[in-house]
Amino acid sequence: MLEDIVSIPLPVEETLRIRKNVIRNGEGKRICVVTGIHGDELEGQYVCFLLTRILNRNPELLHGSVEIYPAVNPLGIGSIQRGIPGFDLDMNRTFPGSDTGVMTEFVASALVNDLAGADLVFDIHASNIFLTEIPQVRINELHRDTLVPLARQANVDLVWVHGNSTVLESTLAYSLNAIGTPCLVVEMGVGMRLTGEYGQQLTTGILNLMRVLGIWDGDVQPVSTPIVADTEDEVIFLNARCSGMFMKTKRHGSWVKKGETVGYVFDPFQGKVLEYVNAEKSGLLFTIREYPLVDEGSLMGRILVGGGAAR
Amino acid sequence: MKETVILRTANIYRDDFRLRAFTFGEGEKALCIVGSSRGNEYQQIFMCSRVLQRLKKLEAEGRFEENRQVMVIPTLNPASMNIGKRFWSIDNTDINRMFPGYALGETTQRIAAAVFEVVNKYPIGIQFTSFYMPGEFQPYIQMIHTGYENPEKARAFGLPYIVVREPRPYDTATLNYNWQIWETDAYSLYSGTTAKISVQGAEVAVDAVERFMICNHILKGTPAPAADVRIFHYDDLLTVRTNCSGLYHNLVPQNARVTAGQALAEIIDPCTGEILETVYSPADGVIFFRYDDPLIYAYTSSFKILREDA
Repeated sequence: MLEDIVSIPLPVEETLRIRKNVIRNGEGKRICVVTGIHGDELEGQYVCFLLTRILNRNPELLHGSVEIYPAVNPLGIGSIQRGIPGFDLDMNRTFPGSDTGVMTEFVASALVNDLAGADLVFDIHASNIFLTEIPQVRINELHRDTLVPLARQANVDLVWVHGNSTVLESTLAYSLNAIGTPCLVVEMGVGMRLTGEYGQQLTTGILNLMRVLGIWDGDVQPVSTPIVADTEDEVIFLNARCSGMFMKTKRHGSWVKKGETVGYVFDPFQGKVLEYVNAEKSGLLFTIREYPLVDEGSLMGRILVGGGAAR
Repeated sequence: MKETVILRTANIYRDDFRLRAFTFGEGEKALCIVGSSRGNEYQQIFMCSRVLQRLKKLEAEGRFEENRQVMVIPTLNPASMNIGKRFWSIDNTDINRMFPGYALGETTQRIAAAVFEVVNKYPIGIQFTSFYMPGEFQPYIQMIHTGYENPEKARAFGLPYIVVREPRPYDTATLNYNWQIWETDAYSLYSGTTAKISVQGAEVAVDAVERFMICNHILKGTPAPAADVRIFHYDDLLTVRTNCSGLYHNLVPQNARVTAGQALAEIIDPCTGEILETVYSPADGVIFFRYDDPLIYAYTSSFKILREDA
């Protein structure tokens, strides 16, 4: 059943609607799957499709509620823009919003209010158009104890517990976790594209967690055990030393050795390699740059080293 | 006036990215002024250019006090201004959400770090800032409440309004906030507009900066008479939100004194011309902010009113 969370008339012959699909059987727990906060991140679309199809085909196996929000920034998705069109604001910096605030704050507040009280929320992202990521859950260290046990069951390859930052307090996940509604932030794949196997992998993880929460009786494929990178583990950031075009030579998810080349920056004018991008330490290349153009400083990859990578 | 390049980075297909700074006077660092940090802050770079012209004239007249040096950085983001984009040209990040920066980080973090390394050495900082929505403000000084701010010192600008605002999470990465945290007296000066040039607004700002410099013994002279100053909290402003979306038509000028119940604006159905909503003033006061764009959404702050009795 489709329900409107927000319905606001736009200036000319259109209404902004943020909708969810409520699939319910019985009075059990409630999980929510949210995606599309960033209009250029589409990987969650395939997860919503797969999960809804499974639930539609097997309604008797559900013993609770699954609420699916495929497009919480519909104008951004509809215009291939990351932020909220018309405001040039990152929606994931507007939470928890305010029900007496301006439109962006009102929408943020309505979404938080609607999700509040859920037993588990997935907020699915796809990095951005520049980077490709292995399926991972990112957790603010403040909520480690609640979320890491859940994330271990989500069939992702990596769980990254990162340090707190004041700026992140404006995110949907922070706002929900702060009020006691557990929210897992998933990053996987790349912006503006769908990666079929990642969608299937995460859908299995969601079904597994539904089983753990006691609202799914269906069969679930075995889930993998993720690497858990805690804050004491080291993540090496590979930043471009010059402007040019980046060609990757290693896939994300590769294990790389110290000194190994993961890509290079080249100059098409001169036919020269400007910079070889080498791993400073051995570890898991969990992020790699996808968009070729780089400025000095552009992120080209992340390598997990230390305890997490060794486990 | 001396000119220096505080940051230069090469780009494969575009010209080098370079930030210029202009210094006046000699000796001890006294004041740093930063103009636009976004690509659509035309008024802010214009204000800086006017300040630069004024300081050039004052320097030629020998008006600088001994051992006082002032730096002006007109823009932190020429690359975005040249292509009509508000944020960074490639990844759309906001330089004014990257402070204090990180020299080994991503591009805009590096720009912020290079800039902060320079501007952080000044005991007083003024940033010409903008509001994210289209519209006009009263010229005013804003200070973020960090515990380090001192609104009384802002009286030296001679502007009629000084506003203190509570920080939001994103503020912790702005230049103003970090200046304060690192013990620079930081002021944000709003001159009225962002993407439209207001000559009058810029002149008000330039006069305010000159007055501030005289009061702080950076320039010789007698300060011009100051306006009556109201110091208040940003939350004291009465926000008038719209209920409808449509074509937007203001009925009162910016800075107007309005009375409770007075019609302030109309929202019109773009196709039928029917008036969907008339926006009324909820109180007696002065129009502090007025929205100004052909289209408006529902739940938008169309006005901010400073109440007479606030």
